[in-house]
Amino acid sequence: MILYLLKRTAVFLVSTAVAGVLVFAFMAVLPGDPAEVALGVNATPEALAELRRQFGTDRPPVAQFLDWFGGLATGDFGTSYVTSAPIGPQISDRLGVTVVLVGGGMLAALLIAVPAGTFAAVHHRNPLGVVISAFSQVGIAIPAFLAGILLVFVFAVQAQALPSGGYVPLAEDPVEWFRSLLLPWLSLGLVQGAVLTRYVRSAVLDVMREDYLRTARAKGRGRMGALWRHGLRNAAVPVVTVLGLQLATLLIGAVVVERVFVIPGLGDLLLNGVAARDLLLVQGVVMVLVAAVLLINFVVDVAYAALDPRLRGAR
Amino acid sequence: MKGRVNAGLIAGGVLVGLVVAMALVSFVWTPHDPELVDAANKLREPGDGYLLGADKFGRDTFSQLMVGARTTLYVGIVAVGIAALIGTPLGVIAGMTRLRWLSELVMRVNDLVFAFPALLLAVMLGAVYGAGTLTAMIAIGVATVPAFARVARAATMQVMVTDYILAARAAGRRRLPVAFRHVLPNIGSMLIVQASVSFAIAILAEAALSFLGFGTRPPTPSWGRMLQESQELLFSTPRLALWPGLAIALAVLGFNLLGDGLRDYLDPKLRRIRAER
Repeated sequence: MILYLLKRTAVFLVSTAVAGVLVFAFMAVLPGDPAEVALGVNATPEALAELRRQFGTDRPPVAQFLDWFGGLATGDFGTSYVTSAPIGPQISDRLGVTVVLVGGGMLAALLIAVPAGTFAAVHHRNPLGVVISAFSQVGIAIPAFLAGILLVFVFAVQAQALPSGGYVPLAEDPVEWFRSLLLPWLSLGLVQGAVLTRYVRSAVLDVMREDYLRTARAKGRGRMGALWRHGLRNAAVPVVTVLGLQLATLLIGAVVVERVFVIPGLGDLLLNGVAARDLLLVQGVVMVLVAAVLLINFVVDVAYAALDPRLRGAR
Repeated sequence: MKGRVNAGLIAGGVLVGLVVAMALVSFVWTPHDPELVDAANKLREPGDGYLLGADKFGRDTFSQLMVGARTTLYVGIVAVGIAALIGTPLGVIAGMTRLRWLSELVMRVNDLVFAFPALLLAVMLGAVYGAGTLTAMIAIGVATVPAFARVARAATMQVMVTDYILAARAAGRRRLPVAFRHVLPNIGSMLIVQASVSFAIAILAEAALSFLGFGTRPPTPSWGRMLQESQELLFSTPRLALWPGLAIALAVLGFNLLGDGLRDYLDPKLRRIRAER
């Protein structure tokens, strides 16, 4: 297990570094010089050179990259060429909001999918189970931002029970904070829950065919009791993998959902950065999101091995 | 061995057929000019030649939906084409090679590209080159490459252990002819299924990108942007969000059902091998 862990860690670190090179290289091929953009066409060569020195863009690309990438480890994302504000604090402020949004979305998805999927598996031969499967097929076809718009229509426009957008910080008013996040959580959770329901269903169905479950039933446990004691942990292995892939999808879905509900998260920061052509900011946010996806994949691989020791040697 | 024609296949085929038909008809006829701004018809209610009404600029919703179908299919075809043309050879090479490191390298690069979702690629491309249909198609296509490479590799590895490959190799066939004559035809059905599923994902991605303003640029109609424009009018004219939303959901549902149905039809054995996203 330790060897496996070391190997996965190495793969994760190398991937993150290569991703950093890719993001940097991509943004560095940009036509245009940030100093020229900042000073306009009438700038003197001396002023341009001075600003380039300040920005650090007069140095060779490799030095710029090492400086930028090395800074990331300490939370230093550089200083915006556009607003002259440090980028790190902006990202960390927004990251918290996005993590809460994604975490709540995942929780909502699980709360929907585990009962619905288990139910559909246990009742796979009767109409109600089939109805759940059909609903999950429809849910998969609805993007999170569309679910968001529909939820706003039902709960904000029609019922007028919840706000249609905006964000209230937790420290300011916990109740309003919860209300402002409820619909965004649901929009992410409903769609991912629909996807997850299918996997939970098929995982539970597979487990139900296993001998050890029949043994548990023979010992006198009820159907749900046997599933609860012996089935769910085994069904968890394939579900955890999907969960990891979904967490990455949720993170990206959050970017769009933040736009629908006007929530000041990372996605909002990213899109504002693009609008303001604040490229160092865009570069920083993209790097954080890509690193997060890689980290999720890494954690899933390790969790997978921890849940099922047979898989450790397989890769 | 072919499976039965199933209900999902038919339903998916009908939905996809409808979208294709709408797109094709839009080339020769739409009820109104979908891009015509007409203050007199601002937020016009449905009826009188305006089947689904008009938006805040007086543009006919139905005509916009028709041309939007064209945009959706166009982006989907090019994106899935890019993904298949790059991903399939990579997967086949990784599946056929006896060099372990090469196979490993392809899969690692795959994992890396997988960490760059279509949305991020499109935002980066948009920030550098300006957003538009082209950057959206490239971003979605590149982000879909890993899905094709994985499926192609897994299928190729299954084919490579069969007796007919052994026979072909024993008869002295070189690798390239084996790849074209034996491997590709045998993994084709899985690739077609993957293409259908990827198409559904591409439609979702295009809608999200247009919604954010990183997709097709105005005035060309697109379902995602119709939704974005409708959001501010949700309190007064919710139907403007209803129709493009329904169009996106039905198109995605159609391609998903078609993919699942094809999987069962082309090879019942494959039912259990789910294509990874």
